[in-house]
Amino acid sequence: MTEYLEPLINGILLGGLYGVVGIGLSMVFGIMRQVNLAHGEFMILSCYFSLVALHLLGLHPLLTLVFVPPFMFFIGYLIQISLFNRVMQKGMEPFLMISFGLSIILQNALLLIFTPDARSLKTALAIKSVNVFGYLHIPLIHIVNFTVGILVLLFLHQFMKRTYLGWAITAAAENETTAKLMGINAKKVYACTMGIAAVTAAISGILVGMTFTFYPHSGTQYLIIAFGVVIIGGLGSLPGTFIGGLILGVSQLFGGRILGPGFQLLSGYMILLIVLTVRPQGILGGR
Amino acid sequence: MPMLEVKDLDVFYGQLQALFKINLKVNEGQVVSVLGANGAGKSTLLKTICGIERAQSGIVRFREKRIDELQPNEIVDMGLSLVPEGRQIFSNMSVRENLMIGSYTSRARKRSRENLETALQLFRPLKARIDQKGIDLSGGEQQMLAIGRALMSQPRLLIFDEISLGLSPLVVKELYKAVKEINEDGMTVVLVEQDVRRSLRVASFAYILQEGRVTLKGTPASLTEETVKKAYFGL
Repeated sequence: MTEYLEPLINGILLGGLYGVVGIGLSMVFGIMRQVNLAHGEFMILSCYFSLVALHLLGLHPLLTLVFVPPFMFFIGYLIQISLFNRVMQKGMEPFLMISFGLSIILQNALLLIFTPDARSLKTALAIKSVNVFGYLHIPLIHIVNFTVGILVLLFLHQFMKRTYLGWAITAAAENETTAKLMGINAKKVYACTMGIAAVTAAISGILVGMTFTFYPHSGTQYLIIAFGVVIIGGLGSLPGTFIGGLILGVSQLFGGRILGPGFQLLSGYMILLIVLTVRPQGILGGR
Repeated sequence: MPMLEVKDLDVFYGQLQALFKINLKVNEGQVVSVLGANGAGKSTLLKTICGIERAQSGIVRFREKRIDELQPNEIVDMGLSLVPEGRQIFSNMSVRENLMIGSYTSRARKRSRENLETALQLFRPLKARIDQKGIDLSGGEQQMLAIGRALMSQPRLLIFDEISLGLSPLVVKELYKAVKEINEDGMTVVLVEQDVRRSLRVASFAYILQEGRVTLKGTPASLTEETVKKAYFGL
């Protein structure tokens, strides 16, 4: 029994991080009905911004959470205003193509500037662990990731429920024409949504950068994780994304423990296939 | 100067012309009815006034400013608000959130608390259901919510699109009572309706549309049943 407690706890903690990885993708789909294929690159771009700040200012990586996410908000906002808003009424394909192009451009720009070397946001948190019950070793960084993940989700939930922008985002997601009749500028609301998605990508990117190594092309790997999370939890659902993250995290670590480390990814995506078969809209997704 | 003026308005959907040289005036404090059967062009006229559809030619003026080139949010900010056909409540949002989103414009936000109180005073059934989702309300309550939401934007002119559609006569009577109260408080009102009798009872001026054209206009007293029938159905 005890041998399964560690992957369970670590899986839950990893799932909290996965939840934040997926939340931006989920928001963009839930609100704009579009899929941002550059979401992973937004994460990795934030990792590199944080890395630069680390080297220039000698800050702790966690402190870069104070200014990298707001900066990413403006990048997301500007990209939506200047690129995506032009094709919003033209179906999913143009948006997919632009976001795919953007992901390639970002990957290659990062490759050009930072070389393909592996990097990480070095912190002592990554090597410390917490001893639970005397026999369980929980990496401290996983606890930090989970805590930040929960805080981000709670903050987003309150933001959507209590602010004019949150209400405007919900309204525009449900009925754009009626939202306009409320005085809402839908294009600005979409830009803010992309900005918020970029903020969550930045936060998850920095956490990922503190936990694992990253390369200019690591974005794709996290985009796939984000897809897994939002498909399991239900596209567009905030709590669903969190639950999706937990399920993916736990199933990956359990699969790794039972079948061997090479089966981590496979077992995670087996669960995804099962959810797709039993409940295609995801656990908390609407039909 | 009229508060709202529509001049020689032509609207097309692709090759199909929906409105032909529409002229309409609404003076401050009036209740003006726009009547017509299905497909007469009432909703197209409203969408064009509110900036959702664009006119190919013609002018729409509100409070002496041209609004036919403005975006819907700018028009709402100027004080023109629409209660849309079919209520169009945001079903995933609570009654409170639905009402609050009505005061989205910076002008309305300043008085959102007072306006929320006023809306709940006018439509008391909403007060008890303030935290319920919009989708859980009855049709009548949803219409109250739609009107309350429009009032939250602090409009100077309020347009109702098919206020009585799909509702029981008792509920419709209550809603018309509310419309009258709103007008007596100084609001200019445009009622777009199929219910001719009820609408003419509260209106001070009426326009009748048929196949995209104004076929009759005048004060309710000047419109006989015969002329209305002829203009409405083309009989």
